[in-house]
Amino acid sequence: MSRVVVLGAGVSGHTAAAFARKWLGRSDEVVVVSPLPTYNWIPSNIWVGVGLMSPAKVTFPLAPVYERARIDFKQARATEIHPDGRDGDASPYVVVESTNAGQAGQREEITYDFLVNATGPKLNFGATEGLGPDRHSLSVCTESHAAEASRALDEAVERMRRGERQRFLVGTGHGGCTCQGAAFEYIVNLEFELRARKVRDKADITWISNEYELGDFGMGGMHIRMGGYVTPSKIFTESLFAERGLRWITRAHVRKVEPGRVEYETLEGDEREAGFDFAMLLPPFAGVGLKAYDRQGGDITPTMFMPSGFMKVDGNYTAKPYEQWVAADWPRTYQSPAYRNVFAAGIAFAPPHPISRPRQSTRGTPITPAPPRTGMPSAMIGKSVARSVVDMLRGAGRPSHTASMAEMGAACVASAGANPFTGTAVSMTVFPIVPDFQKYPSYGRDLDYTFGEIGLAGHWIKILLHHMFLYKARLRPGWSLIPE
Amino acid sequence: MGTSDPPAPGEHLTESFYATTPTRFTVFLRTFLPWQLWRFARINLKMLWIIGKSHH
Repeated sequence: MSRVVVLGAGVSGHTAAAFARKWLGRSDEVVVVSPLPTYNWIPSNIWVGVGLMSPAKVTFPLAPVYERARIDFKQARATEIHPDGRDGDASPYVVVESTNAGQAGQREEITYDFLVNATGPKLNFGATEGLGPDRHSLSVCTESHAAEASRALDEAVERMRRGERQRFLVGTGHGGCTCQGAAFEYIVNLEFELRARKVRDKADITWISNEYELGDFGMGGMHIRMGGYVTPSKIFTESLFAERGLRWITRAHVRKVEPGRVEYETLEGDEREAGFDFAMLLPPFAGVGLKAYDRQGGDITPTMFMPSGFMKVDGNYTAKPYEQWVAADWPRTYQSPAYRNVFAAGIAFAPPHPISRPRQSTRGTPITPAPPRTGMPSAMIGKSVARSVVDMLRGAGRPSHTASMAEMGAACVASAGANPFTGTAVSMTVFPIVPDFQKYPSYGRDLDYTFGEIGLAGHWIKILLHHMFLYKARLRPGWSLIPE
Repeated sequence: MGTSDPPAPGEHLTESFYATTPTRFTVFLRTFLPWQLWRFARINLKMLWIIGKSHH
């Protein structure tokens, strides 16, 4: 009998646990540790944030799903990894602290044969003074954050109906943020919703981000064939913004958020400010702060984790200039180089470097998007890791499957207005996610597999994906046939 | 073919003035049902290609 412990029940952890359960024998155990009792289909939080969906539509309780699937669920927060076990007992284990009401803070040790760290990000609002729902800005990172944004939007609409102008500021709340795609979805949905509520003429909507150009999305932008040209995503995105009357500020590191205003630094080193009545600014991500200890209790966290808190895996973490970055730097198996039975999946793994070209202001402040790890790659990594773990439990000497972001593509549908007849969404695919300029010297990507277009069809696909992936996540009959 | 909306007065003072904007026909196609049904099928196929190409 073996035990696979998965830390985290987001897209990557949930996928890894479900496939590990499917492929392992009945005598083997799969344990999932997650501090939250619910699964959240995060891509649909955008619609919660503009009041088109309730939080209940994008979440479901994990316990009954895992009970049905014969997965042991522990509602707890993982705090420590002991990959060498302890003196006198070499069994590796993790320490978790319960987040269950009535048992909060109770510690438990869980031994494992294989460990998958899929803890996702810590939403690092603290990196920027005044940032976050507990302070002066809003977020859509969780369903409760999104519900709060929706309530604030309702209040802003009421003020506009009374004749007041409202300033909306949407984007990234720090120079090192990722997830520009989610903020992009929010701003275009917000604009669509204000039109639907007939108050658009009272709204000034501004985008602020750490991107060098609009349409960077943390992946260095993309090029697509369009109208007889190979066009960068900057053109595509600027067009969308101009058409909708959205203003934009790029190359910005938000330093401070106060009631009604943000202070930001530009790449030129200028200090500027922007006013707002409603600000939805995403935070930067960090690792969740797991600690690692050796057999004697010595701290080996720096051996297993980067200073950012993300776990080191089989990537090339050698610091080198942008010109020397290659696709092969990116991890393929997600196995810890220090421990063969430890993997990291989804946002929990440490990227070797950004995808977008790194830049810093004249004052030395880094203003560079961090690499995105959206639903599709996160799920594919989770599945690949599960396959490798199962194969290694059956005797394989090393991970049997790979899922490099420099070898896989991603399909993304960004909602730009939710209505079955008048709504639109941007449908995009890129291949590969991380540009490979050795294989595709001109643009880093295969233009036959990289495209983007906006239309109602994209909205239908977005709706389809919402229902399909929630069905899959609930592990309903045939779930494994639905691709990641 | 005209653009979706001519630039508003003062638009030339902003960055939007320098962005590409769609023609009315392009905007019309975005929600024209027969065209979008075709695009729905085509985009789904493209995404399935990507998924197939990405699994190792």
